[in-house]
Amino acid sequence: MTFTTFIQHCLTGISLGGAYALIAIGYTMVYGILLLINFAHADIFMMAGYFMIFAMSSLPWFISIPVVIIVTIALGLAVEGAAYRPLRMAPRMSIMISAIGMSYLLQNLAIYLFSALPRAYPTIEPLKQNFKIGEVSASLVTFLTPVLTIVLVVLLMQLIKRTKIGMAMRAVSRDYDTSKLMGIKINRVIRFTFIIGSALAAIGSILYFTDRMSVTPFSGLMPGLKCFVAAVLGGIGSIPGAVIGGFFIGISETFLIAFGYSTFSDAFTFLLLIVILVIRPTGLLGETITEKV
Amino acid sequence: MKKDFSKATRLILSLMAMVGIFFLLFWLEGQKSQYGMLISVMQKGVILSIAAVSMNLLTGFTGLFSLGQAGFMAIGAYVTGILTIPVDRVDSVYYVNGMSEGLKSFKETLAVLPSPVLVALALIAGGLVAAIFAGLVGIPVLRLKSDYLAIATLGFAEIIRAVIASPQLDKITNGSYGIKAIPGFDLGNGRGMLLIPFGVAFLCIGLIVLLIKSSYGRAFKAIREDDIAAEAMGIGLFKHKQLSFIISSFFTAISGGLLAMFMRSIESRAFQIILTYDILLIVVIGGIGSITGSVVGAFLVTFAKEWWLRFFDTPLTINGVQIPLLRQGFRMVVFSVLLMAIVLFYRKGLLGNTEFSWYGFLTWPSRFFKRKKPVSATPGEGGAGDE
Repeated sequence: MTFTTFIQHCLTGISLGGAYALIAIGYTMVYGILLLINFAHADIFMMAGYFMIFAMSSLPWFISIPVVIIVTIALGLAVEGAAYRPLRMAPRMSIMISAIGMSYLLQNLAIYLFSALPRAYPTIEPLKQNFKIGEVSASLVTFLTPVLTIVLVVLLMQLIKRTKIGMAMRAVSRDYDTSKLMGIKINRVIRFTFIIGSALAAIGSILYFTDRMSVTPFSGLMPGLKCFVAAVLGGIGSIPGAVIGGFFIGISETFLIAFGYSTFSDAFTFLLLIVILVIRPTGLLGETITEKV
Repeated sequence: MKKDFSKATRLILSLMAMVGIFFLLFWLEGQKSQYGMLISVMQKGVILSIAAVSMNLLTGFTGLFSLGQAGFMAIGAYVTGILTIPVDRVDSVYYVNGMSEGLKSFKETLAVLPSPVLVALALIAGGLVAAIFAGLVGIPVLRLKSDYLAIATLGFAEIIRAVIASPQLDKITNGSYGIKAIPGFDLGNGRGMLLIPFGVAFLCIGLIVLLIKSSYGRAFKAIREDDIAAEAMGIGLFKHKQLSFIISSFFTAISGGLLAMFMRSIESRAFQIILTYDILLIVVIGGIGSITGSVVGAFLVTFAKEWWLRFFDTPLTINGVQIPLLRQGFRMVVFSVLLMAIVLFYRKGLLGNTEFSWYGFLTWPSRFFKRKKPVSATPGEGGAGDE
């Protein structure tokens, strides 16, 4: 492998990792607050891809992007309201089955509405411009993704650190019941979490699919699971952790494919998950919390 | 104390039902041209019922939420498939890479066995391979708590699928080309298409029921209710979880093996997460913690999905008016909405965690019309009071 191809793969990996990081934040935030693997998050991400296809068929890209983000947020809120809110007090297994059911429903809905055949993802012209630095060439989206990811994460961290709703989110993720007693409107906090998660999933989907060119009802499944692994790797509940995990998985996946082990790239992610869960279940940046009886 | 018939009455009723079912199946087999659809749906239903019951053993009785079913079914299907392909068909199935010499000569030595014995051995071998894998995987994975366990087993199923499809195993699993020409259910005289899967299912589910009624089963339930209390009472947590996981995987793989024989040709793509979700759907609809529920659910879901609701997927025009919504994929949307409705509003499923009893079954009509409170008290949420 020459140095140029190495750099090329690094760029691809970082770009993929950026998209993963944005999706992983959605998982880590919901898990931090509701202790729930939001299986439907992957399908919200996939649906955002379809929304973009429809928005771009009649609108220019700079209007489509905000429209897609808003529609995706609406979908995220709908999922929360329909599948998770009625089960707040239910046993954990029911909530998880509900999440899986929602994911199943969104997938089947996508097959029904858009057919199982892949659909071409629209090209967003400015994002597709080719850049050449020395020998390395890549489209703008490849450079933009990591930068945008970092910017969004910094903004999000500030939001969580400095605003009132951010403080409420931290409180709820620390202790659900006590924060409820302290007068924090739990449902508002959860809704806000889903808004942020879905918006980031929408942005992530634009960045991810621009490089992949097509969307199918199943194209959310694997990235979704990988992003959850990324969130676990970084320490569930920790936003910087999710970002690090996303980049790590994006880069290692790209290199596995580059070395010709593409069949194992998915398997690697899960192997990584099992290894982390056994060695260090709190992840890289997670806090150690003793399990209460 | 719950009212019930005496043991002898129950035994006689069960024997009568079994003989009745046997003759019904035997008769149906003879009419396969007329009832082809019914037979194939019944085959699939009974195969999935094994998978659902073994998932229920884990989820409903031990409280371990595992999503690795598709992976174990893939193991069972591939082992059964590879061992039962007729030797003279091997070259045409493995036309790209050929089968590895060792495996082929092993198959040639096995070929002396009569085919029912070979099939039985192949199914058991599939189960054992899956059980060994489950034992190995269980060591790290079973320490995890609910959601992590689910996602780790899901990941494990995905790893199995990737390994099966990988080019490195081309000579054994035929990689991404899949395995074809697997013999179907046949006792040698064109019979057995229903009797074999039903017989195997009866055996498997019977064994699981016996296990649940044994002291191990009670230990599983104790772990489900409260693992810390169970441990304090001297139940080895890890040992019992491992046992439940291994046994469940064994039977899941047998169901996978039967599925391979049912489908005649398999490829790794048939064993995606969706398959696990389908089984989960059955378990949830039937009631988590009810063996009867899983069996009823398996038949109900398969019948509805493969047969009764087929018309959802075909556009329909009545008197020139196009009925809206009916088009490819609508059936699955209806199913997923149904699943969500059950999860949200009817969390107990069809049977909650109650089991079939002759008394309840035979007095149900009178109770239904009298509108009295059912005698077999319906236990509450996640209740301990089953059986």
